[in-house]
Amino acid sequence: MAKILLEMENITKTFPGVKALDNVNLKVEEGEIHALVGENGAGKSTLMNVLSGIYPYGSYEGDIHYNGEKCKFKKIMDSEEKGIVIIHQELALIPYMTIGENMYLGNERGKKMAIDWNETYGKADEYLKVVGLQESSRTLIKDIGVGKQQLVEIAKALAKNAELLILDEPTASLNEAESKALLDLLLKFKKEGMTSIMISHKLNEISYVADKITILRDGSTIETLDKNTDEISEDRIIKGMVGRDLTDRFPKRKEVKIGEISLEVKDWNVYHPVYSERKMVDNVSFKVHKGEVVGISGLMGAGRTELAMSIFGKSYGTNISGQLIINGKEVHLHSVRDAINNKLAYVTEDRKGNGLILSNPIKVNTTLANMNAVSSRGIIDKDQEYHVAVEYKDKLNTKCPSVEQNVGNLSGGNQQKVLLAKWMFAKPDILILDEPTRGIDVGAKYEIYGIINQLVEEGKSVIMISSELPEILGMSDRIYIMNEGKMVGELNREEATQESIMSYILKSSVRRIEE
Amino acid sequence: MNKAKVSNIVGKYTMILALVIVTLFFTWATDGKMLLPQNVNNLIAQNAYVFILATGMLLCILTGGNIDLSVGSIICFVGAIGGKFLVSNNMNPIPAILIMLVVGLVIGAWQGFWIAYVRIPPFIVTLAGMLIFRGLSNVILNGQTIAPMPDNYLALFNNYVPDIIGSGSFNLTCMLAGVLACIVYIFIQARSRTNKIKKGYETESLGGMIVKMTVICAVVLAMSIRLSQYKGIPNVLIWVAVVVVIYAYITSKTTIGRYFYAVGGNEKATKLSGINTNRVYFIAYANMGFLSAVAALVTIARLNSANPTAGNSYEMDAIGSCFIGGASAYGGIGTVPGVIVGATLMGVINLGMNIMGVDANYQKVVKGGVLLAAVIFDVVSKRKKS
Repeated sequence: MAKILLEMENITKTFPGVKALDNVNLKVEEGEIHALVGENGAGKSTLMNVLSGIYPYGSYEGDIHYNGEKCKFKKIMDSEEKGIVIIHQELALIPYMTIGENMYLGNERGKKMAIDWNETYGKADEYLKVVGLQESSRTLIKDIGVGKQQLVEIAKALAKNAELLILDEPTASLNEAESKALLDLLLKFKKEGMTSIMISHKLNEISYVADKITILRDGSTIETLDKNTDEISEDRIIKGMVGRDLTDRFPKRKEVKIGEISLEVKDWNVYHPVYSERKMVDNVSFKVHKGEVVGISGLMGAGRTELAMSIFGKSYGTNISGQLIINGKEVHLHSVRDAINNKLAYVTEDRKGNGLILSNPIKVNTTLANMNAVSSRGIIDKDQEYHVAVEYKDKLNTKCPSVEQNVGNLSGGNQQKVLLAKWMFAKPDILILDEPTRGIDVGAKYEIYGIINQLVEEGKSVIMISSELPEILGMSDRIYIMNEGKMVGELNREEATQESIMSYILKSSVRRIEE
Repeated sequence: MNKAKVSNIVGKYTMILALVIVTLFFTWATDGKMLLPQNVNNLIAQNAYVFILATGMLLCILTGGNIDLSVGSIICFVGAIGGKFLVSNNMNPIPAILIMLVVGLVIGAWQGFWIAYVRIPPFIVTLAGMLIFRGLSNVILNGQTIAPMPDNYLALFNNYVPDIIGSGSFNLTCMLAGVLACIVYIFIQARSRTNKIKKGYETESLGGMIVKMTVICAVVLAMSIRLSQYKGIPNVLIWVAVVVVIYAYITSKTTIGRYFYAVGGNEKATKLSGINTNRVYFIAYANMGFLSAVAALVTIARLNSANPTAGNSYEMDAIGSCFIGGASAYGGIGTVPGVIVGATLMGVINLGMNIMGVDANYQKVVKGGVLLAAVIFDVVSKRKKS
């Protein structure tokens, strides 16, 4: 048996209110490619952040042994010194700098006060050759595609003398040919003795390169599979990823009669606002009825938020095309105002960034999307505003000393309720809820589910985007599955299971690679 | 009252306390000259432009800590145009004033367009405006001063409200106006409080409210007495009061006022709430141009001339007043009354140092220090809270 290069023992990491990692164990042998799989929120990235020192020693429990030594990394620099280099999913390159400058950022060649540019570019070119990138190191990052940028990241890691390379979803934004090239590169490195940990959702890629697979679920290690001794099948991995019990975490909904179609989207296409050749939403069609909760499931980056925001008054993307039909009539929504006037509401997944004004009181946030209802001729009726805020506070059971309280002082769950109140006060018929329970505790989740039930009981339509499978299964009447910008499946409540949804997602990725 | 409550009140009224302390200090340092009737009058006349500009600047700062550097140059340019019409063309003051206001608004709209719809950073646009309009003023004036202004124009700003009831040395009209202002103020406050209590809304503590009202009324009455002992209400005070009252109303009671705070608090969230954020930026800067023109009216009257250096570094007085008055450098926080307190504080420091005969260069050092201290205090006290 080969030497164990890395051993993470009983790692436990808690964030306020959540246990992100619970006694996680990971053993990586020298010279292997080790895959880490799990749902969103299973703890993969947290684990890698613990390893690389982003969460410093002392902020977690458990031990890390690397090369036989116990490690106490205080910052990223410490782990990089040992040769552990992490490449994040979102590329961290500066667009207006050259490849060479990016590769040696924070690791500059030459003396402190005099960068040796010849050495920088000379060495950078060598590493670019190693990763097989046919570009001069003097090219600006903005002028090369995402695939090549990923290679630059790897070259950058090599330039730091990496011994253990950690790749967080390295092929997420690459096309087939680029993905294949990248995986082959990893295999080549493996032959040369490099050890890698790869986080991925794509089972075909994993079976192509990985020697071992560790499955994480809800912050715990489920099992580690070895290519040589275990039989690795998709079903086994999926079961490991999602096989949790569904307890009674959802309030009962009264019998709701599902009515006519309220919103129909046909052949919807959206391109990235900056990289306008990147298609973020690809020919998507779906519909929702009155009194229905439709779930849109998928992994992060599947294009669900982009789909929702582009529908909501073109708040995202460029070159948007397709048909939007509300209550049987085709509409063109050019601004958020148009969308609101057509009784549409979008409750963002990012309540702090896109949803609430944290420095303003609850009452101001509650009325912001529908100021006309609390003002006449541009003059605010403050009494009425206060009244409205109190009404919704009571209705949603928001816990706060008063509606004069700044939203920034509330807990996540109560902030989410204020955000919901704001959009309920806009009196929509169709609500798009994007990750409505992200980052809030179980009790508040239950209450939010209750609110969703109430909304559909009133005959409204709810589109719920969620990465949490139990939530999707527990709440939806019908489920769409989205992956890589496309709708890849539709399931009824009766036929949907965690396994069936996950296999739709994973298989659609496989298909794409094989095509 | 417990400790937390006291510190809360101190935190809320820090700048008012600072103003009181600074005023007392200068009164002591100048052997009471600071509060002589004539000096109280000067405080208003000298700082009228700061009050007007600072209210406009507040709107710009609210949108996200953005400032307008061009206001001093716009004052000079609008003043130059006014001077041309009033003096060289002998135009009647009323149409001349209207022309000046329209010119200010157009300049504001020009800058607002680039900032709001093309998204050029405000710093750049207004820096360009600062250069452009300073240069154009010189072109219009040929580098010379136009003076004097016609009497009928000066009368609108530099005269005093005639004393119709009183006689002799004490201006009874002025005193009565002060008393009336206090009565109206107390009445409005009391009515809104009883209204709130009737409907069961949250109210501030009665004690705090009485203290606040007493302080404000005392200041207003004291000023009325001093002004009455001089020549009464200066006309320019009416101009300032009208501007301040209108903008205090807009920022606190109207939807558009609310949007300034919302954009500064979180622009993305505001946009996703269906509010046209571009228009909010446009209005802030168009309005700043307009108020610069109002300040220009006051300035050429006070200088009794239109000259190529008028309005120099006025933008800094306005920006300083806003930050001293509690506006956040990141936007979304700040009130008109706060800004008025800030402007008054700056004015008191200016006047006090002038009376003491402090060297002009040291005056700048002191003002800079006060500005820095005020913002540091603001940032640090907020950090402690969170």
